[in-house]
Amino acid sequence: MTTTAQLLQQKKKSILENWMKNQLSDQGLRDDLISNNDLTQQSEELLTGLGHAMASGNVDNIYAVEYEPVTEILADISVTRARQGFSPRETGLYVLSLKQAIADTLEQELSDQPVQLYKEVMTMNRLLDSLSVITFETYIKGREEVIVRQTDEISEISTPVIRVWEGILALPIIGTLDSARTQVVMENLLQEIVNTGSNIAILDISGVPAVDSLVAQHLIKTVSATRLMGAECIISGVRAEIAQTIVHLGIDLSNIKTKATLASALQLAFSMNRIEVKSQSRSANFGLKR
Amino acid sequence: MERIPILKMGPFLLVTIQVDLYDRLALSLENDLINMVSRTGARGVLIDISAVSIVDSFMGRILGNIASMSRIMDAETVVVGMQPAVAITLVELGLTLQGVYTALDVEKGMVLLQDKIGFDQLQEQDEEEEPDDRTE
Repeated sequence: MTTTAQLLQQKKKSILENWMKNQLSDQGLRDDLISNNDLTQQSEELLTGLGHAMASGNVDNIYAVEYEPVTEILADISVTRARQGFSPRETGLYVLSLKQAIADTLEQELSDQPVQLYKEVMTMNRLLDSLSVITFETYIKGREEVIVRQTDEISEISTPVIRVWEGILALPIIGTLDSARTQVVMENLLQEIVNTGSNIAILDISGVPAVDSLVAQHLIKTVSATRLMGAECIISGVRAEIAQTIVHLGIDLSNIKTKATLASALQLAFSMNRIEVKSQSRSANFGLKR
Repeated sequence: MERIPILKMGPFLLVTIQVDLYDRLALSLENDLINMVSRTGARGVLIDISAVSIVDSFMGRILGNIASMSRIMDAETVVVGMQPAVAITLVELGLTLQGVYTALDVEKGMVLLQDKIGFDQLQEQDEEEEPDDRTE
């Protein structure tokens, strides 16, 4: 059993106090995100785990079985912190401030044996550095999970298929069209065509910031697939700058029906389905209102 | 050998594919169908593929072939009831079945065929309906 491990067992209380003091005195302490009690509890758990692990004599390999509880606690803490919105600095400092606390205690205990002190501090440094790397890894993993979830949510929300009329569907596309989103858009649209038995789909691209050859390719694919299903596709919301880019890029949209606004696309859809929409005369309006 | 039945409905031929098409079956269907068109003098062919869930480039080509051959024999081809997954696959394969008419279900396909034949008889162009936008 190394001296640090013994110290951790014997002086746990004072190390914990020291550590808590370090954490609490830090400028970046987020007492709005985590209460001091919780923080103390978390820290104590970690310190106990670390003490047990080091007591086994292993101070190098943090992937060994003894360190499993410690890494688990750390992973748990950093994932929670990532979700709660802690900054990377705050999460990193959590482990690094423990280093300072242990070093202080070691210094007090071994002030008369400089060689031993140096060795112990170095060992402890190495160990805590690997632990903080783990903290960081899991922190980033946690953040990435959040990002992936949000991306999924955005692509879920951003492709609604609206039934505007008997047999007419509209699909407003907002944001950039990449391959993955085109796939989602296409699947949603085709499924909705089957579900509702619609024969016209209006793709509104007024929310698409820019159309390049790839986006145009995706649009053409969607239109072709719709046509194969037995429905017609109208593209609406073509802005002036989009028309310019399309022509400059030499993209051929001649066999696709395009309209400037959703209103004119709807009008075209009406006439294709032989539907007539009339505005009522004034007197008839009054008659309805009673 | 298994065969896909071809039903005659007035001036049209109706083919319902209920099994997954393997290559030889598709070829024999193509053969039977064209013979049937020439024998009955059908004006339209309606192929229902709503039960087909797997499609490959060969099958896509056969569908295109049937349409081209029928057109030469003065019959229009309508493919109805394509599954979304099948449509996506065909598009990804680059087979957009140009020249084949499509409809959502058999009923709509029949209406479409009747329209096409009606137009034909009225000596009008049987191109897809292109309403005039200037009436807005």
